[in-house]
Amino acid sequence: MKSSWAHRLLLLPASLWLLVMLVLPLLVVFVFSFGERAPAGGYIPAFSFDNYLNLPARLTAFKNTMIMAPLGTLAALLIAYPLAYYLAIKANPRIRTTLLVMIIVPFWTSILIRTYAWIYILGGRGIPQLLDWVGIEGVRLINTPTAVLIGIIYGYLPLMVFPIYVSLEKFDKRLLEASEDLGASPLRTFRDVTLPLSIPGIATGCMLVFILLMGEFLIPALLGGGKVFFVGNALVDLFLQSRNWTYGSAVAAALVIIMLVTVTIYMKLIMRGAGQREDVSLL
Amino acid sequence: MRIYAIVIYLFLYLPIGIIVLFSFNAGRHASDFQGFSVKWYGKVLSNPFAMDALTTSLTVALITALLASLFGTMAALGLQQVRGRLRALFDAIIYVAIMIPGIVIGIATLIALVTAFNFVNPALAASWPEWLGDAPRLGMGRVSLVAAHTMFTMALVIVIVRARITGMDRTLIEASADLYATPMGTFRQVTLPQIFPAVLAGFLLSFTFSFDDFIIAFFVAGAETTLPIYVFSSIRRGVTPEINAIGTMVLAFSLTLLVAAQIMLRRRARPMRQD
Repeated sequence: MKSSWAHRLLLLPASLWLLVMLVLPLLVVFVFSFGERAPAGGYIPAFSFDNYLNLPARLTAFKNTMIMAPLGTLAALLIAYPLAYYLAIKANPRIRTTLLVMIIVPFWTSILIRTYAWIYILGGRGIPQLLDWVGIEGVRLINTPTAVLIGIIYGYLPLMVFPIYVSLEKFDKRLLEASEDLGASPLRTFRDVTLPLSIPGIATGCMLVFILLMGEFLIPALLGGGKVFFVGNALVDLFLQSRNWTYGSAVAAALVIIMLVTVTIYMKLIMRGAGQREDVSLL
Repeated sequence: MRIYAIVIYLFLYLPIGIIVLFSFNAGRHASDFQGFSVKWYGKVLSNPFAMDALTTSLTVALITALLASLFGTMAALGLQQVRGRLRALFDAIIYVAIMIPGIVIGIATLIALVTAFNFVNPALAASWPEWLGDAPRLGMGRVSLVAAHTMFTMALVIVIVRARITGMDRTLIEASADLYATPMGTFRQVTLPQIFPAVLAGFLLSFTFSFDDFIIAFFVAGAETTLPIYVFSSIRRGVTPEINAIGTMVLAFSLTLLVAAQIMLRRRARPMRQD
């Protein structure tokens, strides 16, 4: 166990696995994105930028993703923050752990089945019918951007609550008392003490949600009814229906590049704003 | 404030409640509950397509969880002593594995494996000895599912187990060495018991992830149908109460595993916080 080669040997299976199943496949995507489509849908070696130049053909998908991902992230943040605040500061400490576990657990269960439930709730026999009874007629929810947004908030809320909770739970609560003793109103205390101290959590939560949202497929597929089309939906279409691997690879590469660029800029801004950022795990 | 929290919890659990409730509905439609019945469960359990999908999902999840927790734990232990460039490279790859969207993993695995198989299959057919019969054809299926799921979940296990190793009491290992335990003996009697809860939690999370995964499987399953793929295509064909029954069973199953994983992660964490 002491020698370094023994430790490297322990790393061997994982390294090989990551190499064959992650690094090489990602390189293949990158290489294919410069290739030409074979008539049957495969790959012909080539070096051209045609696939990238054709990206505007899927502009709607990129546009929808770039609008809905930040919007969904913001909505999740606005809804998650008060809950995280409640859990970290107001909730009874004795039931706090239970309440937290209750937030995390749905996140780890099948998003497919949980999203499917919203087809009922937002569909013709769900909320629109309830609204009909109270006199609001003709509301359509399913297959609209609103439905997708609700699905997003529902699916990603836990991911947002948790990092914010961690940052709120960690800071010294005596700061709140100090602020109050110095005559600050609750609103002022929140604005000048609580909010700045929870920025690392907000930053982590927003980044996690945003990254995952960029690659979302299921929620728009089930609740958007083909009208709210994300890049993920375009990718499924390109690889599984129209079998255009080379163009699809360019779309996937573009998605990853946009993601990396956005996250890098975002991190830079956050670093400048808050000084430091802590990593938060979901467990 | 408390009312707000209650509303959010309702929002989180209402959809789950609706699925469970309507899985016991005697009628066909979501809007009217026509009495309690378990007939949809009977329908699912006697539906060969659903059962095949369930078998595939369980097999893939079990093998994935075993491989991921074994190799992931090995890697986490190995990483303890590895520093420098190799360490930085490994950390970067794990970061990529966890951060890259599942859909991109699915696509990359699909085209890489299909391309590799297109090279390997003719070569295999050409070199296959005749007395062994027809040459096997490699294709997408259970093996590619396990391979892709193991890649991602292994990264997850490495992160979880490494966190536990970092939080581990080092003095115990030194004490064990001072008491003339062999390195293997120290590992078996000191290190392993300390990291075991994390390994088990990693195993359960890997199983849950693999069992619930839709998007990677959608690309790499080939002709196989996993349970999430079966559910997705059923939804596409129209909502039936059968899906509610499957959903309820799947949720109950994942919930059990998750609660077990949470208990495992907490068990060792508590005594450690005291010192």
